[in-house]
Amino acid sequence: MPPSVANLLYLMAAVLFILGLKGLTHPRTAPKGNRLGAVGMLIALATVLVAETGLNWPLLLAGLVVGGAIGGLMAQRVQMTGMPQLVALFNGFGGGASLLVAAAALASAAAAGAQDLQVRIAALVSALIGAVTLSGSMVAFAKLQGVVRKTLQFGGQQILNGLLLTSALGCGLAALLQPETMIGFWLLALLALLFGILLVAPIGGADMPVVIAVLNSYSGLAASATGFVLGNNVLIISGSLVGASGMILTRIMCRAMNRSFANVILGVPMGGGVTVDADAIYEGKVTATSADEVAMVLESARRVVIVPGYGMAVSQAQYAVRDLTHTLEAQGVVVEFAIHPVAGRMPGHMNVLLAEADIPYDQLMDLEAINPTFDQADTALIIGANDVVNPDARQSADSPIAGMPILDVDRAKTVVVIKRSLSPGFAGIPNPLFAADNTLMLFEDGKKAVAEINTALAEAGQG
Amino acid sequence: MDIVLLLTIFVLALFAGSEIITKVPPTLHTPLMSGTNAISGITLVGALASAKLGSPGLAQALGFAAVVLATINVVGGFLVTHRILNMFRRKG
Repeated sequence: MPPSVANLLYLMAAVLFILGLKGLTHPRTAPKGNRLGAVGMLIALATVLVAETGLNWPLLLAGLVVGGAIGGLMAQRVQMTGMPQLVALFNGFGGGASLLVAAAALASAAAAGAQDLQVRIAALVSALIGAVTLSGSMVAFAKLQGVVRKTLQFGGQQILNGLLLTSALGCGLAALLQPETMIGFWLLALLALLFGILLVAPIGGADMPVVIAVLNSYSGLAASATGFVLGNNVLIISGSLVGASGMILTRIMCRAMNRSFANVILGVPMGGGVTVDADAIYEGKVTATSADEVAMVLESARRVVIVPGYGMAVSQAQYAVRDLTHTLEAQGVVVEFAIHPVAGRMPGHMNVLLAEADIPYDQLMDLEAINPTFDQADTALIIGANDVVNPDARQSADSPIAGMPILDVDRAKTVVVIKRSLSPGFAGIPNPLFAADNTLMLFEDGKKAVAEINTALAEAGQG
Repeated sequence: MDIVLLLTIFVLALFAGSEIITKVPPTLHTPLMSGTNAISGITLVGALASAKLGSPGLAQALGFAAVVLATINVVGGFLVTHRILNMFRRKG
């Protein structure tokens, strides 16, 4: 196949990727968009297999079969609550693949003797980003999976990270000066892997959506860098599309938490400002309630807004929430869902869980759409969310979360909060919402509480 | 290929990507991530080309491992995105 034909086919693949992403701008067109992307990938793969000569076919086929089987199994087995982990793993694999391709390209070039400086620089960049993405994603995966529970923080962490990165770059320079050996390259890869681990280790909890988005972006940039190594346009274009996507998601997540990107990535904990004593806020003002009482409140409501948080994912309450929604709707109540951009552990996490439980997507409202309507809601039902509904962000200028966009649930007539205890959320601060006059607290596991409310409501509806 | 030309392509694609992706609604952010996971599996093109018969054994072994990882991304990414999007399609 002449190179120009191959390049035209690669261009076609890139165009299909762009059209595929365009399809993702609406739930109706999204499945078709995904198929277009898959067709683009098939074209790119068929092209490289035909265009390249002297391929080691048995090895390649073995790799494709093994990888395809693992990928297929993972995609089928994963529970929707486990999507953040899966995306973290895939980010890591993308970075790992770029690291390995760069290493293979350098090893081949070193054996052949002749090396282009441009290619070597690109290979080192690709290895650097790929290695950070790989190890960082594995740490993110371990945290999301609950294998690692602690956040690692110690003095001088930033200095150590800086040293690691500088040493890695130094090794890269050495590798450039001595193309005949690969020691410099391997050292760079090793230091970058270590850097990736230390970069993600101090970041925890509610900052995870940002970390996943950043690593998503890196995995794309690593693929792009690999494109520079091989002089291949389709890699450059696809990688930069993924890079752009990750960057945009990162920006959205940071804005939704009112956190600077630097603070998240340097592992600076949320905080600062004036910390308020929890007892002073909660003492004598918290009204505990029962499932039966909540059922009575909901029975007299005409419009209910449900606010899901990470707690809903943890207790797998999405199906119970669906059942409750159906019961309410059967009794003529309008039910809507208010979803904060950083609810859960990855962008769009809550939407996927609710979609899994058959909640139509047009009932899922984002922050801008739902906030002006809270004062027309009879009940706001909060399931396992905390910081994203803390009115201090709006009211108290010296709160650690001042300025963070929140869901204005406190403007609803009655607020019901399902939460296991009064323990603080990621920001580590008390929430005055829990002590408000119009708030009822139901201290229970999310799934159990919602199921109990549903039973009580259904019985009341029949009787 | 000329480095400046490659950089031009890279930067223009970044802008094109940004224009499209800012229009993706929050509801589809998770499938967007898994879908871009699949697309970043494009490294498979490079992985396939790097395992050649004439290459040293090390390069072939690295190429094989790269093929496995990138294929997981491509197959797993597209399939799981398909699964998620079907959930959104069922109703609404």
